[in-house]
Amino acid sequence: MDFLDEPFPDVGTYEDFHTIDWLREKSRDTDRHRKITSKSKESIWEFIKSLLDAWSGWVVMLLIGLKAGTLAGVIDLAVDWMTDLKEGVCLSAFWYSHEQCCWTSNETTFDDRVKCPQWQKWSELLVGQSEGASAYILNYFLYIMWALCFAFLAVSLVRVFAPYACGSGIPEIKTILSGFIIRGYLGKWTLLIKTVTLVLVVSSGLSLGKEGPLVHVACCCGNFFSSRFSKYSKNEGKRREVLSAAAAAGVSVAFGAPIGGVLFSLEEVSYYFPLKTLWRSFFAALVAAFTLRSINPFGNSRLVLFYVEYHTPWYMAELFPFILLGVFGGLWGTLFIRCNIAWCRRRKTTRLGKYPVLEVIAVTAITAIIAYPNPYTRRSTSELISELFNDCGALESSQLCDYINDPNMTRPVDDIPDRPAGPGVYTAMWQLALALVFKIVITIFTFGMKIPSGLFIPSMAVGAIAGRMVGIGVEQLAYHHHDWIIFRKWCRPGADCVTPGLYAMVGAAACLGGVTRMTVSLVVIMFELTGGLEYIVPLMAAAVTSKWVADAFGKEGIYEAHIHLNGYPFLDVKDEFTHRTLATDVMRPRRGEAPLSVLTQDSMTVEDVETLIKETDYNGFPVVVSKDSERLIGFAQRRELILAIKNARQRQDGVVSNSIVYFTEDPPELPPNSPHPLKLRRILNLSPFTVTDHTPMETVVDIFRKLGLRQCLVTRSGRLLGIITKKDVLRHMAQMANQDPESIMFN
Amino acid sequence: MRSWGKSSEDMRCKCVCPPYRNITGQIYKKNVSQKDCNCLHVVEPMPVPGSDVEAYCLLCECKYEERSTTTIKVIIIIYLSVVGALLLYMAFLVLVDPLIRKPDAYTQPLHNEEENEDARSLAAAPTPSGVRANTVLERVEGAQQRWKRQVQEQRKTVFDRHKMLS
Repeated sequence: MDFLDEPFPDVGTYEDFHTIDWLREKSRDTDRHRKITSKSKESIWEFIKSLLDAWSGWVVMLLIGLKAGTLAGVIDLAVDWMTDLKEGVCLSAFWYSHEQCCWTSNETTFDDRVKCPQWQKWSELLVGQSEGASAYILNYFLYIMWALCFAFLAVSLVRVFAPYACGSGIPEIKTILSGFIIRGYLGKWTLLIKTVTLVLVVSSGLSLGKEGPLVHVACCCGNFFSSRFSKYSKNEGKRREVLSAAAAAGVSVAFGAPIGGVLFSLEEVSYYFPLKTLWRSFFAALVAAFTLRSINPFGNSRLVLFYVEYHTPWYMAELFPFILLGVFGGLWGTLFIRCNIAWCRRRKTTRLGKYPVLEVIAVTAITAIIAYPNPYTRRSTSELISELFNDCGALESSQLCDYINDPNMTRPVDDIPDRPAGPGVYTAMWQLALALVFKIVITIFTFGMKIPSGLFIPSMAVGAIAGRMVGIGVEQLAYHHHDWIIFRKWCRPGADCVTPGLYAMVGAAACLGGVTRMTVSLVVIMFELTGGLEYIVPLMAAAVTSKWVADAFGKEGIYEAHIHLNGYPFLDVKDEFTHRTLATDVMRPRRGEAPLSVLTQDSMTVEDVETLIKETDYNGFPVVVSKDSERLIGFAQRRELILAIKNARQRQDGVVSNSIVYFTEDPPELPPNSPHPLKLRRILNLSPFTVTDHTPMETVVDIFRKLGLRQCLVTRSGRLLGIITKKDVLRHMAQMANQDPESIMFN
Repeated sequence: MRSWGKSSEDMRCKCVCPPYRNITGQIYKKNVSQKDCNCLHVVEPMPVPGSDVEAYCLLCECKYEERSTTTIKVIIIIYLSVVGALLLYMAFLVLVDPLIRKPDAYTQPLHNEEENEDARSLAAAPTPSGVRANTVLERVEGAQQRWKRQVQEQRKTVFDRHKMLS
């Protein structure tokens, strides 16, 4: 038996910062599957093993769901506690947040829902005062100190233990799922540090969210479990299927939206998403949501803080303000992407990037100093969104619901007519306006710092604030001008016709859509947050408008923009390639360059091959019949060549530097005194992808995208002319788009 | 999750009653079972005379809620201990370790790009399986060194070269 029939231990793994060959991974999986199926007929044990193998996909999903759900629960609970720690502490049990502390207390009042003697503000605890200037200043000071402390802790942990844990992670995960290798990006340390620091940064009150990083956390879980099963650990293509499903589980727990999570994975993150992955994502998302639900982090049997439930109808005429909100969302998306990318580019290229810790401290200090005086920015962003989404029923007592009531009103709770706004609403309006400006500005500088930071929540907050303000405006307009022609049809006096909370929701969807350019998954996530089917049309209208407006100013969403900024080798499926160039323009070698390094099928010695490997750093070599005819036979991967030669030298007697390397089926009979030949037919890929030199690049780009190729050979009438790699394609595309082709990252 | 540690603090029935006539809004909380969670059982003392009870109760909204105090306690304590452990280890790595191991790459400044490349190939190279460490301690030591190199590599990519995640 030829030793080469046994697979090498390391074959098939890739090096750091390389792209995988999807076709090869797929065929390896098919081989593996065939082997297991044929073996399963041999004995009952093999049969059981094949069953286990078939089930392992679902087991991995179950484990991912359980772990992602648990981690999300831990994050939610810890954030809840630590956010309130900035303001005070629970004396009866220090591990309770403000709300949990007063959960059973009977001393809460209608106007102040969470006030009880067990919960002590820092000023009450330290100097025994709860009101007055000195108490305010002390609380203010301690708020800033806690925020700085959390942020500093987070950035140092990231710096010392896991630098890959910073950022939102979605651009990198998109790149990884498209077939790039970043070692350690989904590792155990990244998982631990991202989870721990995420709690710290969210609690520090910075303008960022936990949703994007939760996707990264879930993907780390996916990677952790897939490396426990040989089916996934040895095949990078299969591993990516698991990661796609894990991303779905991440969004599922972040928003309490299992279906939205699956669609998010499909629309936004995944590259290769077969139906099987769809079902598995569905299962993983379900398990994750169920796990989080059983932890019940918010004590309200809901998966998110800002779950809302109302069923007031909306009217056709309201579509106009909804579309306006869509336009606002699109404009915000454009503004945010432009400014954030410009700032991040500054950070990447200038001296600013040399002080990551100082930057985090400075931004945290500014955020805390400006945020504290305004009650709408002081609380956590999730709570803010939750309040903005809420409908003002009779049971609400917040400032936003300070309407002037008709004293002899005796209607049931859930049907309150439109009322004139009271002083509280007007105060809230200008506070919200200030909060809007502040959020818009500070988010631009926060996203992209060296801490875990997501931008779903800040974007939604911006939209929700704008939406609520528009909503209150429309409501008051309708109340005071019943006789206007647009209101006469649907808004009679004493009717409940405008729900400001709905406007906030539509605004949030529009802003999120403008930044990320999601449409379907966004609407589904929002719809799952509300559980009301009747709001699908307003949400769709806003999402589509915001996408149109934002696309008019720039085609790429924030994640694609960050991918471009960092030069990740990501071949976007959504992009169109419309230039009329040919394969011959892109292929290497160019005119005037040294000829392509090739192997010949039966004339090179082991030493020649080794020299070739040593002198070049190509990832693979085409094999031709001979240097003269240049007729293509196949393609050999560099890594496999190295391993094969190493193995042969170690194990096979008679292979020396002078041995001839044969890629042919049967090496010819050699004279007895010549060295033993080295047969490498096994590692030769006999079906490399080829195109002719006149193939339009449009087609070549399509082939690369859809098949996930790593390289493609260019021939003319069977003669090898050159090679096109994914890197060449990406560089060519960058060049065509007037960007610097050298910015594309590759090793 | 619910079966363990279900104390009296773990459930409540919360009734929110809006202002009615001349009575201000009230919040009532009581530890009752789910089926008793309604205005009549929870609102005590009833602020309105008997004839008005029905009208008043129609306005109130009662919600039965559950939580797990044990889960909260356990999770917060585990979280704090993890942060504490990480802090200690960080302090060890940053302060104590460089003193013990003087010529450590960890604290050495980058000299030139060439050295960078060396470090990278070193970090990327798989550990030779032939060389087996003798004791558990040595193996742990080796694993720690390998991990440190990887983190250092990541740090260079992210913080120094700004190649990723900026």
